[in-house]
Amino acid sequence: MASAVSSLNRSAGHAQRPLATRDSAWVRYTLTAVALGFLALFLALPLVAVFAEALRRGVGAYFAALNDPDGMHALRLTLLTAAIAVPANLVFGVAAAWAIAKFTFPGKSLLITLIDLPFAVSPVISGLIYVLLFGAQGWYGHYLAAENPWFPAFQAWLIEQDIKIIFAVPGIVLATIFVTFPFVARELIPLMQQQGNDEEYAAITLGASGWKTFWKVTLPNIKWGLFYGVILCNARAMGEFGAVSVVSGHIRGETNTLPLHVEILYNEYQFVGAFAAASILALLALVTLVLKSVVEWAHARRRA
Amino acid sequence: MKTSRILSLIAAVAALAGAAFAQKPVELLNVSYDPTRELYVDYNAAFAAHWKAKTGQDVVVKQSHGGSGKQARSVIDGLRADVVTLALAGDIDAIANNARVLPSDWQKRLPNNSSPYTSTIVFLVRQGNPKGIKDWDDLVKPGVSVITPNPKTSGGARWNYLAAWEYAKRKQGSDEAAKEFVRKLLANVPVLDTGARGSTTTFVQRDIGDVFISWENEAYLAKKEFPGKGFEIVTPSLSILAEPPVAVVDRVAKRKGTVEVATAYLEYLYSEEAQDIIGKHFYRPTSKKAAAKYASQFGPVKLFTIDEAFGGWTKAQKDHFDDGGTFDQIYLKK
Repeated sequence: MASAVSSLNRSAGHAQRPLATRDSAWVRYTLTAVALGFLALFLALPLVAVFAEALRRGVGAYFAALNDPDGMHALRLTLLTAAIAVPANLVFGVAAAWAIAKFTFPGKSLLITLIDLPFAVSPVISGLIYVLLFGAQGWYGHYLAAENPWFPAFQAWLIEQDIKIIFAVPGIVLATIFVTFPFVARELIPLMQQQGNDEEYAAITLGASGWKTFWKVTLPNIKWGLFYGVILCNARAMGEFGAVSVVSGHIRGETNTLPLHVEILYNEYQFVGAFAAASILALLALVTLVLKSVVEWAHARRRA
Repeated sequence: MKTSRILSLIAAVAALAGAAFAQKPVELLNVSYDPTRELYVDYNAAFAAHWKAKTGQDVVVKQSHGGSGKQARSVIDGLRADVVTLALAGDIDAIANNARVLPSDWQKRLPNNSSPYTSTIVFLVRQGNPKGIKDWDDLVKPGVSVITPNPKTSGGARWNYLAAWEYAKRKQGSDEAAKEFVRKLLANVPVLDTGARGSTTTFVQRDIGDVFISWENEAYLAKKEFPGKGFEIVTPSLSILAEPPVAVVDRVAKRKGTVEVATAYLEYLYSEEAQDIIGKHFYRPTSKKAAAKYASQFGPVKLFTIDEAFGGWTKAQKDHFDDGGTFDQIYLKK
């Protein structure tokens, strides 16, 4: 049999595999070529272009462009935003996935739908929600301006402390959290549903407390899915444009995140600067992807 | 009693000492429209030097740029601008009316209707003017692709719209004809960006469109930034005198304690030094000296004002750009 197959498909090479799982050589090569060509055209080429444009006037100009205080501030703000949004969504995502996968309760499908909401609405709407809530003409603004407010002491404190929400860092963080809401939960829910409750039941039957069960049984089981969700969440948190653009106010050196800064530089004909900033974003994304691959690789090795 | 008096004495001494020695840099936020990015980079440096020489205090001016209407909306929603420097009086009126953070007679506080410079609307065309654009009539011809921003969000676009309207009205004699003219013009527009700079990028970098209806300053800047592309500027026979105004946002400045420096920031725009910077960036200075110096860089054009043609911004805004105005009537039907 094996010799017959190999004589039929000598050009294909993999003689030992059964006939039914193989396509003819040209089909495989064509598909591979199409996939690779597509990737090269739509992913690799733009990525290379970013770095090529950034380095067009030499390495010196590239680093000079990076050394711009507004750009550095944008980078710090982007990292700060991710540093708040990702842990917040990590806690929320685990809690929500835990509740949804391990228990039944009224309103469960509503909760699932709500978690998906940020995926469904345009990021611009996500930003506008916060303008409507916290803008000077919104609820928060009306509360601050009210003459007989609820909790006057709280109002006085807000005014005294000069708490700004939109057009300031809190608004940017809120909008980012909203947009990246589903990533961790969505990654964990199917995983935890698939795993079922058996191991937790066993742990509790053997006398483990709730916390102990979570740390020793549940968490190790979802570890890789959790990593994966966090990485995706982080990538989006650092890259978000639309929602942040609406709530930022675009103040240079104050409320511009890196994606907004790229747009500003591009619009000001500072191409080296724009692409240098974009290359930093691309590098952050590449680091994220490498991390993701490492996670997948480590996960696969543990399974094997 | 005694302790409180001692405390207040200490506070006064500390304040004096602070003023004399370690003055913290004061920060201003200037919320401006789209094409003024380069102008205010230069002007802010000049003002900082002037203010430092005059008072010894460092001043840092932060900038935010975008379509004029959109920027006004942000200030209404609570963006803490000490000063607004927008494309048209109507947008600052909107801030005064909706957020009540500055008095409604703000425009009387500085010379020339609070406009330190003027500008107008011209056409930017591609090398050799292949479509032979000479005047507004050429923009409504079939097959001519026109770039202009969205009048709902951009101040420049509203000047463009009104200039086209008035041209057609004078030529054909009625508002109905003008509306039809503008309808045809908008039918030739493939993309409406939110701000003037977005439209410039569309025309200049993405190579979309045959003609870009543009701020005069923006057209000259694009020409200067891209010498290799050979853009040409076409001055129409009639255009609008655009007066981009400036104002201190009283309520914000009072709260931040920046009224004095914010006022000085705007007043200094009228100084000869600032007027020269203004001319250098292709805006039309209002000071006689700077205007004479830069007169030769602009094409001759007959200008009309919004007051004589449309009865001022409040009326023009209501008739044309508010919900249900002529722009909506034309554009929503499309």
